[in-house]
Amino acid sequence: MKILVYIQQDEGKINSVSLEALKGAQDIAAQTNGTVSALSFNADVCSQLAGYDVAEVLVVEDDNLNTFNPLFYLKALEDIAKAESPDIIVFGHTYEARDWAPRLSARLDIPFISDCIGFKNEDELTFIRSIYQGKFNSDSVVNNGAFIVSFQSGAFRVDGLQSGSADIRQVTVDLSGAGDSIAPEEKFQEAEQAIDLNQADVIVSVGRGIGKEENIELARELSKTLGGEIASSRPVVDAGWLESSRQVGSSGQTVSPKLYLALGISGAIQHIVGMKGSKNIVVINKDKNAPLFEIADYGVVGDIFEIVPKLTEKLQNA
Amino acid sequence: MKICVLIKQVPDKDSSLTIADDHLTLVENNITWVSNESDNYALEEALQLREKHGGEVIACTLGKDSARQVLKDALAKGADRGIFISDSSFESLDVLSLGKVFASTLEKENFDLIMSGLQSDDQGNSQLGLIIAELLNMSHGTLGMGTEIIDDSTIRLKKELEGGWFQWTKLSLPASISIQSGINSPRYATLKGIMMVKKKTVDEINASDVASRASASNITVKKLYVPDKTKETQFIEGSPDEISEQLVKLFKNDIKVLN
Ligand SMILES: Cc1cc2nc3c(=O)[nH]c(=O)nc-3n(C[C@H](O)[C@H](O)[C@H](O)COP(=O)(O)OP(=O)(O)OC[C@H]3O[C@@H](n4cnc5c(N)ncnc54)[C@H](O)[C@@H]3O)c2cc1C
Ligand SMILES: Nc1ncnc2c1ncn2[C@@H]1O[C@H](COP(=O)(O)O)[C@@H](O)[C@H]1O
Repeated sequence: MKILVYIQQDEGKINSVSLEALKGAQDIAAQTNGTVSALSFNADVCSQLAGYDVAEVLVVEDDNLNTFNPLFYLKALEDIAKAESPDIIVFGHTYEARDWAPRLSARLDIPFISDCIGFKNEDELTFIRSIYQGKFNSDSVVNNGAFIVSFQSGAFRVDGLQSGSADIRQVTVDLSGAGDSIAPEEKFQEAEQAIDLNQADVIVSVGRGIGKEENIELARELSKTLGGEIASSRPVVDAGWLESSRQVGSSGQTVSPKLYLALGISGAIQHIVGMKGSKNIVVINKDKNAPLFEIADYGVVGDIFEIVPKLTEKLQNA
Repeated sequence: MKICVLIKQVPDKDSSLTIADDHLTLVENNITWVSNESDNYALEEALQLREKHGGEVIACTLGKDSARQVLKDALAKGADRGIFISDSSFESLDVLSLGKVFASTLEKENFDLIMSGLQSDDQGNSQLGLIIAELLNMSHGTLGMGTEIIDDSTIRLKKELEGGWFQWTKLSLPASISIQSGINSPRYATLKGIMMVKKKTVDEINASDVASRASASNITVKKLYVPDKTKETQFIEGSPDEISEQLVKLFKNDIKVLN
């Protein structure tokens, strides 16, 4: 089993989700008698990569690859896949990977099992995906031939990476004309980053379960009583009920308060990555199977409209 | 501007879902079906682009018979026409094979823009739009949070990046772009819109129409199951009064956030 791991870097720093994926690749290799190569489009990160237990580090240096353009990246990896014939190409499931790995699958005409949370090697190499918004898992296998797999943030732990000392090999690709139809501009942040949720010891976070805009007041009252900040999952911001700087998750803020009180939030991975570091996670949800209970320290299966007003009242009198 | 919007029918997030005895499918009789969340935003964006720049919006879905409903909903909101792709042989296809079915269906329409949601809420592959882009030789962009037509051959897409960052990207048309939730405020169907549905056409496509491209699935799903619990969650039970009482104690004595 020849495994090629694409290592994403952001301004000269290795992306942690691709390092986790590298650990996943090491685990697959260990169980299948395979070898792992790490591939980078940036020479600066190669010495770090060479310090891990990999067969070799491949590096492509080309000005067209200095910043992300999906079409240049695609052509580079296409050339490399053709030259090196890996059995598995591994990605971390980052936003950047979302923007080119599926297209690589179509170009190479090989399947892509995306956003996996793990693998097992029982009778055959099986990849585990979280589907239906975290409600179920599925086991998938590839029938034959090479394939692409990507791993979700948190699927493996970086601190388990085996170290070693690998050789670095330069490879060349032909990118002429490959990126013409896509022209990325500068990255930017919206001016409004008014609220730093990380200053708060207590965060009361509302999800779609809050139902409508008027009900936000219930949560606001509770968070005021607790001396905390109000935050939310994405759908609440999408609906315009709270400002976007209060969104927690992969496209919002990452928080780690002493208390994260989640009201009517189901627990999609994109939300969890933003709050799983909280010291105490308390979840109130009427669905006992809500995936967020999985990471809760304390759980209440119940209706927020019955509990929150009572809780606020009792806190005010406490 | 000729725009195609891909809309998938998925279970409503509040449906309680049960895995069937085959450990591969869901028990269907208690599922409420809806259009995929981000696809609603894609449809709205397409309708707004048409309102500004003229042209046509065609809604396309692949699914079982029940999926006709998502086309009806899209037509009621203002889409001009529908394409319904349905065949029992498509049901277990992996997303690359599905992409081939879509590509051969959509190829002859010569769309300027194909819009999809950033991912399906059931399978969550986050792949289909890019696969179609590759197969039909279009430019692409993902996680769109804004669009701007520059001229007949260029669109600018505001892409969402991680952690609150964004990036505008110029794409040559034709392009396949995926849309993130929150880009706009999706409209509701009006009564007039619902009345118009009957007058609009829906083209029907089955396996014999796409034989040239579709291939057998190369990924096999072995089983579905409920994930194991790994963390010991301490559940607090009782009446709302009792629960509140216990939460106050918890906040005070254990988590120590009350002073
Ligand atoms: C690329 C990408 C980026 C994303 N970024 C983010 C992000 O940064 N942050 C984020 O949050 N999401 C993000 N999402 C969206 C994410 O996938 C989920 O769709 C979202 O987190 C769901 O929000 P929710 O839990 O509030 O809503 P739902 O999933 O609809 O859950 C609502 C919950 O409320 C419960 N409920 C309903 N009524 C009550 C009641 N009366 N009492 C108690 N409980 C009740 C229900 O049981 C349900 O569990 C992103 C998605 C993608 C694909
Ligand atoms: N069966 C389908 N019918 C119509 N559109 C689909 C279908 N499957 C996926 N899509 C579109 O492709 C997007 C991404 O889906 P996925 O790659 O499954 O995450 C969805 O948001 C839809 O816009």
